[in-house]
Amino acid sequence: MNKRAESLGAAMKKAGIQNGMTISFHHHLRNGDYVMNMVLDEAAKMGIKDLTVQASSVFDVHQPIIEHIRNGVVTGIETNYMGAKVGKAISEGILDRPVRFRSHGGRPDAIEKGRVKIDIAFVAAPCADASGNANGIYGPSACGSLGYACADAKYAKTTIVVTDYLAEYPLSPASIEETDVDYVVVVDKIGDAAGIVSGTTQITRDPVGLKIAETAARVIEHSGYLADGFSFQTGAGGASLAVTKYLKPIMKRKNVSGSFGLGGITGYMVDMLREGYFKKLMDVQCFDLKAVESLKTNPDHIEVSASRYASPGVISACVDHLDAVILGATQIDTDFNVNVHTDSNGYIMGGSGGHSDTAAGAKLSIIVAPLFRARLPIIVDRALCVSTPGNTVDVLVTQRGIAVNPAREALRKRLTDACLPVYDIGELKEMAEKITGKPDDIELGERIAAEVEYRDGSIIDKIRCVK
Amino acid sequence: MEIKKAAAAGTMESNDAMIMIEPGDGELEIFVDSVVARQFGKQIERAVMEVLSQYEIEDAHVLVRDKGAVECTLKARCETAILRALKED
Repeated sequence: MNKRAESLGAAMKKAGIQNGMTISFHHHLRNGDYVMNMVLDEAAKMGIKDLTVQASSVFDVHQPIIEHIRNGVVTGIETNYMGAKVGKAISEGILDRPVRFRSHGGRPDAIEKGRVKIDIAFVAAPCADASGNANGIYGPSACGSLGYACADAKYAKTTIVVTDYLAEYPLSPASIEETDVDYVVVVDKIGDAAGIVSGTTQITRDPVGLKIAETAARVIEHSGYLADGFSFQTGAGGASLAVTKYLKPIMKRKNVSGSFGLGGITGYMVDMLREGYFKKLMDVQCFDLKAVESLKTNPDHIEVSASRYASPGVISACVDHLDAVILGATQIDTDFNVNVHTDSNGYIMGGSGGHSDTAAGAKLSIIVAPLFRARLPIIVDRALCVSTPGNTVDVLVTQRGIAVNPAREALRKRLTDACLPVYDIGELKEMAEKITGKPDDIELGERIAAEVEYRDGSIIDKIRCVK
Repeated sequence: MEIKKAAAAGTMESNDAMIMIEPGDGELEIFVDSVVARQFGKQIERAVMEVLSQYEIEDAHVLVRDKGAVECTLKARCETAILRALKED
């Protein structure tokens, strides 16, 4: 059968796009993605209204969606992460229907269980053949893993693969298989390579960040979990990535042979694979060119679907095998609840991503954060949004000391015995406020801008509009 | 004391503040523009007021452009701006 459509618009017509549909996107092209904007522009041109955008993430590059909301083309957004630019418009109340946030594991579960129904899935594919076999490792827009697109392609009523690099049939490896693809369309460019992956991910040079990272590595060292078979996940930003710099010499000194590194993968994790610190990398999203190259060439660097990465609804997922995870926070409250959805003023500028999934799955979840940012203390009485519940968070590491969840008394004792600077979380909060002063509470509006669905499908919190 | 001329102290770097002071129109006017205005707006104004009253300044325009400076930084920047503004050329 011929799946080729001569244009994006033609593919959308063949897919029967109409008012009120749910259309889905994945975010491997990150801030370089052209596909969501192209699809929404095309829908607007066709006079389509009332679309729900079901996207694994919405980045700043997707700002044109604000205009489509104003014009009624888009009336709903469901996502796992939202960048600050679209987040600000949402927090100011531009959308009547609250945004529905999920996590990277909760989203594929909702799709697979039928709680989310996708009419048309758009797969931005750096490389595809005419039958829709697709991967992310070849072509000018190579992004590496396509893990977040798997559930969409499989469960959507209609799946359209959009590519700018057509390969000969049969393309292998096929992250997305032809069995799930209805139409293939070739466009000039699916994205801007500069925004898709960074050339190299740099470790922070901020001394506060480095101090936090060094302490977090020592927490792992003395936690009891650093032994042969150790598995680990960390983020690409700030102090998170820097933890790897301090963890490596500790693993070497203790002669620990790790089993796997998980998550969004950076060049640093690739180095650890090559140097034998880990035997495998499980990769749902590549953050830099080195990770893309490694996924392409190293058989021990394995692409995983979002479902296998983090879903709470499968028999077992990678996060369930995880020993330690390093996570960030915009706020953490004295019950260890973490906010990664809003800033301290209540504006949406993030989302769970895999935060709540890995915190729930890992044996040791460590939050790394400075005591304050620009005079705003990170430890608060009540987080503006509970993104990740405190009962899944084990340790907070700041530059002045660490706090251990009172439910983890044995862990607290281990870290105290290792002479780590362990405090009560309330003491750390006071330490910060002694420097910054006590902030006034902010007032938020009555209207709900977004609802946060926890990985089990329950609503864990609601985010109010900003006044 | 009398503000003789316009003067400023500080930077627009994160965790710092730029404080500008100039002769007023017979009264004290303070304008605060801060990235943490919602949480610390009142406290910033109070800190600046405190330094101004130490120097018995009752007639000036004061503009605070704050990037999240803590109170001791704010007060130091304010004091320096005042000392510069009190000097005759």
